[in-house]
Amino acid sequence: MKISRRTTAVAIAGATAFALVATGCSSSPGAADPNEKITLTVATFNDFGYSDELLAEYTKLHPNVTVKQTKAKTSDDARANYFTKLGAGSGLADVEAVEIDWFAELLQYSDKLTDLSSDEVDGRWLDWKSNAATDADGRLIAYGTDIGPQAICYRSDLFEAAGLPTDRTEVAALLEGDWDHYFDVGQDFVAKSDAAWYDSVGSIMQGKLNQEVETLESTDGEIIAGDNPVVAAAYNDILAQSPELSAHLGQWSEDWYAAFSNGAYATMLCPSWMLGIIEGEAADVEGWDIADVYPNGGGNWGGSYLTVPAQGAHAEAAKEFAAWLTAPEQQLQAFVKTGNFPSQVALQDAPELLEVTRPFFNDAPVGELMAGRAAAVPADAPFKGVKYFPVMKALQDSLTRVDVDKTQNADDSWAQFLKDIDALK
Amino acid sequence: MTQSLARDVAAPSPAPGTPNPGRDTTEERAIRRIAFGHRLSHWDVKLSPYLYISPFFILFAITGLFPLVYTGVVSLYDWHIIGGQGDFVGLANFEWVLGQEKFWIALRNSFSIFILSAVPQIILALIIAAILDQNLKAKTFWRMGVLVPYVVAPVAVALIFSNMFGDQYGLINNILGRIGLDPVGWHSQVVPSHLAIATMVNFRWTGYNALIFLAAMQAIPRDYYEAAAIDGANRVRQFFSITIPSLRPTLIFVIITSTIGGLQIFDEPRMYDSTGEGGASAQWMTITMYIYNQGFGVAGGGQFGHAAAAAWLLFLVIVIVGLINLVATRAIASNESRSAK
Repeated sequence: MKISRRTTAVAIAGATAFALVATGCSSSPGAADPNEKITLTVATFNDFGYSDELLAEYTKLHPNVTVKQTKAKTSDDARANYFTKLGAGSGLADVEAVEIDWFAELLQYSDKLTDLSSDEVDGRWLDWKSNAATDADGRLIAYGTDIGPQAICYRSDLFEAAGLPTDRTEVAALLEGDWDHYFDVGQDFVAKSDAAWYDSVGSIMQGKLNQEVETLESTDGEIIAGDNPVVAAAYNDILAQSPELSAHLGQWSEDWYAAFSNGAYATMLCPSWMLGIIEGEAADVEGWDIADVYPNGGGNWGGSYLTVPAQGAHAEAAKEFAAWLTAPEQQLQAFVKTGNFPSQVALQDAPELLEVTRPFFNDAPVGELMAGRAAAVPADAPFKGVKYFPVMKALQDSLTRVDVDKTQNADDSWAQFLKDIDALK
Repeated sequence: MTQSLARDVAAPSPAPGTPNPGRDTTEERAIRRIAFGHRLSHWDVKLSPYLYISPFFILFAITGLFPLVYTGVVSLYDWHIIGGQGDFVGLANFEWVLGQEKFWIALRNSFSIFILSAVPQIILALIIAAILDQNLKAKTFWRMGVLVPYVVAPVAVALIFSNMFGDQYGLINNILGRIGLDPVGWHSQVVPSHLAIATMVNFRWTGYNALIFLAAMQAIPRDYYEAAAIDGANRVRQFFSITIPSLRPTLIFVIITSTIGGLQIFDEPRMYDSTGEGGASAQWMTITMYIYNQGFGVAGGGQFGHAAAAAWLLFLVIVIVGLINLVATRAIASNESRSAK
């Protein structure tokens, strides 16, 4: 779907809508009667690919259950809503989506969530995906939905104008290499074109850091972003070349959305869930394509989970519903709709998935391509602790100040970043 | 109401068919009951006005006073959004907030946006009201017209305006580019971002204030103007010497409400970009956004204690500014009315 930014679930309005929907199901505790008429609510953000038809299928299977979905605009909004209502002890949907970047924050309060482990779902997900959803006591508190294996999306028309190859296998061969190589090709490109090489320094930073294990926090929970040479090196490398290569767009800003269709840049890092966003924003643009390549190997960016808050009136029914939603069959449909790549083991090389293509991306075989990218994701997942989300936000701000706002130079902005993370300690 | 009640009680009609047990005792009882009725109506006069206004105060105690006091309690504890109440920390939260550079930036932004919006807004509203006060054709149409922006939801206004004020591909920078001017960093720079947000606020509130002024203007006796016209005062002189001094109470009301509203501004700056955090260097993060970010947002990590302390500091700031305001407007308005005489 088109990202619902302009139409629905705007931060404040969204919160009200949650409350309204949630009241619809709050009565009659103790779902002892399996045929009792109930309404289950599921709260997601961006686009999880759960269409109305898909949700209606569940009602067909369980005639006593009606399903309602609420969508928040961004993961930030969803987080604010989730934490507020989890603290308040009421008002959450029966099934709530969580993004990996703030999952650790939530994991501290795993006693407020339903234990979802069961034999049926044992071994359904990639190991690193389900390990991250297991709390200190070994309870599984969330079902994985998607992961974000990254490829590179590019504008073949801009490549052609600059004399670069346009075929996706040739582009993959051209870009094969490390980050320096990706930047070098970019310098070649911008010398021959008016367009920039990539969209936003923020996404490059995400791309680099998601290939490391210890970045912003040490595995014992200390904030080390200020002293970690990995972070400082990434910061300096990116900003050294960003004046030429970057389109100077802040990720998720109005300008960034507008730039999908106006050819401001030639490539972008493309986690699987980005495909749906590009297609939605640039629907009438021809030339977007995707290459089976990623700087420095593979990488995963983002990905989400479904949780069942213990405060809900129908925890058992909600657990069953969440298990159904994250079952391979349903997650495959979500992949076809949005490109959100499934985290389910059974789908990683399933023929139904491999044969999926997307006409918008010049009929790219995204199923096969993304399955390859998923296999290239490093086995050691990056460590994301309690403070990961706020520290990442401060780091992104520091890049924005230099590259987008141009109000500070790299050194001043880094000093400001150190001050900002001090306030978080 | 009470009188009829007293009458009912005082004259119980004996059930038909039952023998009258004794006239004297009944009369005696009736007299006593009338006396009781008097007492009731006495209470009625004394108490019922308070009863009638009590719903407001009960509601205010629940929705206004209680949160205010409770926020004060929260501000003294280490309090997390999910974890709830922690240790008692005294005034440490206040100390922490006052030591944060971002808090002072937020305070600066709030004042800057407030002044950029309130001053032009009130001046414009006065001018619009003065024009609407003339003998226009289709009066009601024009008067309703100025109220239309007020009906539009602030979030919708913010979405449209933040799009128009886009740094690279916004409508306004496009127009500036067409006429050969440099694009303005509506999001990246401090003052332009405040101007853009003030524009949204003015768009929404100018018409509303204009109608309040208009209502007050219509209550000014027309004789004053006639007398002034005979004395040879022109329209402008009439406006400054009659209209403005007569609007004194309304002016005080509008200035104080717009001060409170201006310092609490939240919707427009929060919706001004997609993250709602007030910009990478907090260019347009207002004090209410700071409170929200500390309590609910990404940056603060759910520290309700910090948020509550910041909220109380905002309350104090508003009280102080409100008092200054009151003194200033009193002085100005009374000076003007003296010179008018």
